[in-house]
Amino acid sequence: MKSVVTSFPSRPNLGRWFGYSILALFALISLGPIWIAVKTALSDSRTLFSTASSFLPQDFTLFNIQRVLGWVNPADPRLAQMSFGKIDFFRALVNSGIFTALAVVPQIACSAMAAYAFARLRFQGRRLIFFLFLSATMIPGVVLFIPNFILIKDLGWLNTFQGMAAPYALMTPFAVFFLRQMFLSTPRELEESALIDGASYFAIFFRIVLPVHRSALATLTILTALSAWNEFFWPFLVGRSESVRVMAVAINAFRQQQAGGTPDWSGLMACTVLGIVPIAVLLVLFGRKVVESFQYAGPR
Amino acid sequence: MVTRVTCGESNAGFIRGVVGSPFAVPLMPPRKMSVSSSPRASSPPTRSPSGGSRARGHYGPFHALLYRETFCAWIFIAPALFGFTVFYLLPALRAIYISLTNWSLLRAPKFIGTANYPHLWNDANFWNSMKITVLYVLYNIPIQTVIGLLLAVLLNQLGRSVILRSIILAPYLIANVIAAILWFWMLDPILGFGNAMLQHLGLGRIPFFSDERLALPTIAAVNIWRHMGLVALLFYTGIQTIPRDIYEAARIEGAGPWKSFWGITLPLLRPTMVFVLVTSIIGSFQVFDSIAVTTLGGPANSTRTIVWYIYEAAFVNFRMGYASAMSCALFLCLAVVTIVQMRILRSDKSELG
Repeated sequence: MKSVVTSFPSRPNLGRWFGYSILALFALISLGPIWIAVKTALSDSRTLFSTASSFLPQDFTLFNIQRVLGWVNPADPRLAQMSFGKIDFFRALVNSGIFTALAVVPQIACSAMAAYAFARLRFQGRRLIFFLFLSATMIPGVVLFIPNFILIKDLGWLNTFQGMAAPYALMTPFAVFFLRQMFLSTPRELEESALIDGASYFAIFFRIVLPVHRSALATLTILTALSAWNEFFWPFLVGRSESVRVMAVAINAFRQQQAGGTPDWSGLMACTVLGIVPIAVLLVLFGRKVVESFQYAGPR
Repeated sequence: MVTRVTCGESNAGFIRGVVGSPFAVPLMPPRKMSVSSSPRASSPPTRSPSGGSRARGHYGPFHALLYRETFCAWIFIAPALFGFTVFYLLPALRAIYISLTNWSLLRAPKFIGTANYPHLWNDANFWNSMKITVLYVLYNIPIQTVIGLLLAVLLNQLGRSVILRSIILAPYLIANVIAAILWFWMLDPILGFGNAMLQHLGLGRIPFFSDERLALPTIAAVNIWRHMGLVALLFYTGIQTIPRDIYEAARIEGAGPWKSFWGITLPLLRPTMVFVLVTSIIGSFQVFDSIAVTTLGGPANSTRTIVWYIYEAAFVNFRMGYASAMSCALFLCLAVVTIVQMRILRSDKSELG
């Protein structure tokens, strides 16, 4: 790739190497802390102090991962060696998966339907409703969390998956805008000729609009699934019981368990690594798609 | 990349191949069928913008409704509109109502008019939280934006590889809670890797999260670490939309890289700049997760940001009315900040026209 603007024209090579070293430094800053978490998770917890400054796992072991997942026999003598925190992180990961699926799948389905109506169909009040949706993005989350918490509480949905997923499940303003923008950016001739050929709006939506925009739908799925997987504040308010709490809430609870004494660092880092693994897999498998999804989420 | 579809033969064929739709209307039937078997093709409906009736006698009145634009539009929008009403519109109105009450959740809310607002005005803790939040935003935004710009320019000139972009974006993909706990561990005074390194460098061990003066900048630094890749990626995308012949012309005129950056890149990045600044300022005003998992507002309330204070008022002390009043005040502040920013940065106009 020949760059149009040559940097540092007097000493181009030096300038390029300087630029590369800055990029390398930031790549290191980005991944370094994540590597240290992996290192800690895979190290024997008795050696934490002596190996604080090492880059590689010392006394490599999967024990920390196994014990936070609950895959260790309770009678295992290693459990008695130290006072470990109590956590069923396997349950938390499953809960995160359930929460993500419940929040993302219906959200995208309903948002796509609404986006199609906003982009293509004419009806009374379209501008007003769209304006209201747009204004909702301005409201800080915490303003809505208080009344929504009371609503979920009154419905008796505290500590249930439906209570945790409900505010996301039917729409988010972002999903509606994103898809509306995508639908508007494609020509409508195909849909119009289908209409003339006698297709109903539903047939057009399911057989033309959705298939044609499957790439945009995949992008939106990546964006919303990542944010649902990482969600903390709302699940923390309505889903704290162990049976439903998601990954981030469980990590927070695990950390607060030992707020007084020294935290169970190797256990915490094992949880951290397990919470990152699905994202790392996504990034390795679909790196380009993920990166481009975030580029698309920006301004248009 | 998003598929930009043009209407052509290939698409028509692809759609004809899609089967299994619950709606038994064949799309684009082959031309030869149009005279013989298909009842729809024999009387193609004329498209009427207002959704006028299309008589479809073969299928009865309900089926005819499916061809009415207005009727279909309301069906399409119904689930999202219901969700919006229940979880956005009514709660927003209810938040205002709750802010006019005194409510502990145990008894029925007691209407007290606007009494919460003068109380809030005189609450030193509220103003202190606002101050801490503004400080946090001021620590965050300039550094994050400058690093993002630097990385974007370097990525554009030197390394356009997806791998490099993925690596730089990686911290943003992990949860706030995880990013915070990661750095909490890195900077642990006794066992943390970061502090062990500082020790090696002869700087001693620094209690980043438990020192009153350091806790807030440290949390801001974690946020910068998490967000710099996203900001870089957004600027990088913005830079790519700048036409290259502008740079070419500037180069012929004798402008060096430094001059091109200030004269071309930065002004033409303004739409991206507005987006990045508005969203990141609104976002960092609402910092909560990283505080909940590390300092819990401490030490000595030095990280009690506004959302943390609202959370404590509502869900620890159960002062729903007062918490709602503060959240409405926060909303007003953010609205003002956003409008001022839009005015200053003139987001509606782009130099590219």
